[in-house]
Amino acid sequence: MTAASDARPAIGHGFRLQWEPAQNAHVLLYPEGMVKLNASAGAILSRCDGERTLAQIVADLESTFGTSGLTDDVAAFVSMAVGKSWLELRE
Amino acid sequence: MNALVSAVEESRNPHAPGPPLWLLLELTYRCPLHCVFCYNPTNLASIAQEMETAEWIRVLREARALGAVQLGLSGGEPLAREDLEILVAEAHALGFYINLITSGVGLTEERIAALKRAGLDHIQLSFQDSTRQMNDFLSSTRTFDLKSRVAALIRKYDYPMVLNVVLHRLNIDHVGEILAMAERMGAQYVELANTQYYGWAWLNRAQLMPTRAQLQRAEQVTREFRERAGERMRIIFVVPDYFETRPKACMNGLGSVFLTIAPDGLALPCHAARMLPGLDLPNVRDASVSCIWYESTAFNRFRGEAWMKEPCRSCPQRAKDFGGCRCQAFLLTGDADETDPVCDLSPHHHLVTEAVAAAEQGASTPVHKPLIFRDHRISLPSRS
Repeated sequence: MTAASDARPAIGHGFRLQWEPAQNAHVLLYPEGMVKLNASAGAILSRCDGERTLAQIVADLESTFGTSGLTDDVAAFVSMAVGKSWLELRE
Repeated sequence: MNALVSAVEESRNPHAPGPPLWLLLELTYRCPLHCVFCYNPTNLASIAQEMETAEWIRVLREARALGAVQLGLSGGEPLAREDLEILVAEAHALGFYINLITSGVGLTEERIAALKRAGLDHIQLSFQDSTRQMNDFLSSTRTFDLKSRVAALIRKYDYPMVLNVVLHRLNIDHVGEILAMAERMGAQYVELANTQYYGWAWLNRAQLMPTRAQLQRAEQVTREFRERAGERMRIIFVVPDYFETRPKACMNGLGSVFLTIAPDGLALPCHAARMLPGLDLPNVRDASVSCIWYESTAFNRFRGEAWMKEPCRSCPQRAKDFGGCRCQAFLLTGDADETDPVCDLSPHHHLVTEAVAAAEQGASTPVHKPLIFRDHRISLPSRS
C-alpha cells in the first residue's frame, strides 16, 4: 500500500527530526534511539509537517532538485516510514 | 578545497573516533531504594561529592557541541536532584533528546508537569524490586499502588508508558504476574531485563542467578503473553549474558558512542568502568569533555583492536562483538584485556558455566550467605 497524494504526513508521535551538524545529516530521534538519515530521506522527512500534502511535497522536491517523476519513490518511502511509525498521516 | 581538508584530516588520524552520540548523566548516587541487583559501584560511600548544577550544565553544553544528541538522565534516582527540571530545560534548549530513567519514587504530578514543560521527551519507569519489597510486590500492595499512580501520570502527560523490570532468581518465576501487572497499568513497552552481574549484583550473584529451567519457563510465559497481547504491549526479553555463548557488543566498543558522567564528575566509557584497574579515568571537573573523549588515555585505551588478546585478536567475530564486556572480563578473570568469558572460545568460559552450574546447585540447596542491599553509606570492594 502506498500513501495517497492528498495525505498530509507528519513526524510520528514521540519522534523528533533534527539536523545534526556533527553528523552532517538529519537524524530521527526516539526513546533511547536514533536513525541517521541519508540525504533523500532527510529531504523528504523535513517536508513532512502535517500541513503539506504528499503531492505538494513531491512538487517541492522536484523543483528543489530540478527533477521529475519522484511521486512513486516518495510515496513508497512515506509508506515505509508510516510502517515504522516515523510518520503518521493526517487527513 | 573541502576535499583537500578532509583528505588532510584523514591522513592525520585514520581511526578518529566519532562523537559521543549517547550521553548518560548519572546525576546522583542517592536513591531511596536498596536494590540487590544495582549496577552502581559498591564503594558508594567513598565517592566524592556530586556535581553542582552549573557543572552539569557545562557538561551538557560541551557534549552537545561535540555532537552528543541522546541524553539519559539516571542515577541513583535522578528525581533526588532538585535541579532536575533546570537541567532538562537546558538540555532541551541545546537540542538533546532527553530520556529520564527513574524508579518513579518522587515523581509527583507537580514534577512531571514541570519536566514536561521543560522539554523532557521520554520516561522509562523501572520496576524496583528487592527481597524486602518482593512480598509487597507479589501481593500487589504498596509497590503496585505507587507504580500505578506514576504510570497514570506518565500516560496523562502523553508519554509512552515504558516499563523496565529487572529479573533474577527470586522473581523470575513470577514473570506472568509481572506482565499482568504491566498490562493493568497500561504499559505499551515492557523490557524484561535479566540481571547483569556488576556492582551490587556481582556481590549477590550466587543468590540472583536463575537456573536454566527458570529462564526457559520465563521465556515460554513471555512468548505466550506476547502472542496474546500482540501490538498492544511490546515485550522485550533480555537473556542474561551468562547463558549465552557469544558476548554482547558492549557499548558498541568502549569509546565509540557512549559517554557516562558519574555524580562526582568522573567520565566513564561505560557506566560500570569505574572498577577497571589502571584506567586513570578523567574527571569533567579537571578537563573539557572534548579533551576527555578524544585525548584521554582512558577513552583511547580500548579503541581499535591493538589491546586485544587471543582468541579475540585473530577472531573474525572481533569486528562484531569487540571482545565483549571489559568489566565482565575483569570481574571474572582479573584482567580487563581478556576475552569476555561469556564467549565459549575464551579459555575462561568455564568460569561462566561454573557460575551457572552453581546456580543450579544453589537453587536446590539454598545459599546461606545473606543478600547485600545497596546502601550509599557503606563501601565494599568491587571484586573479591
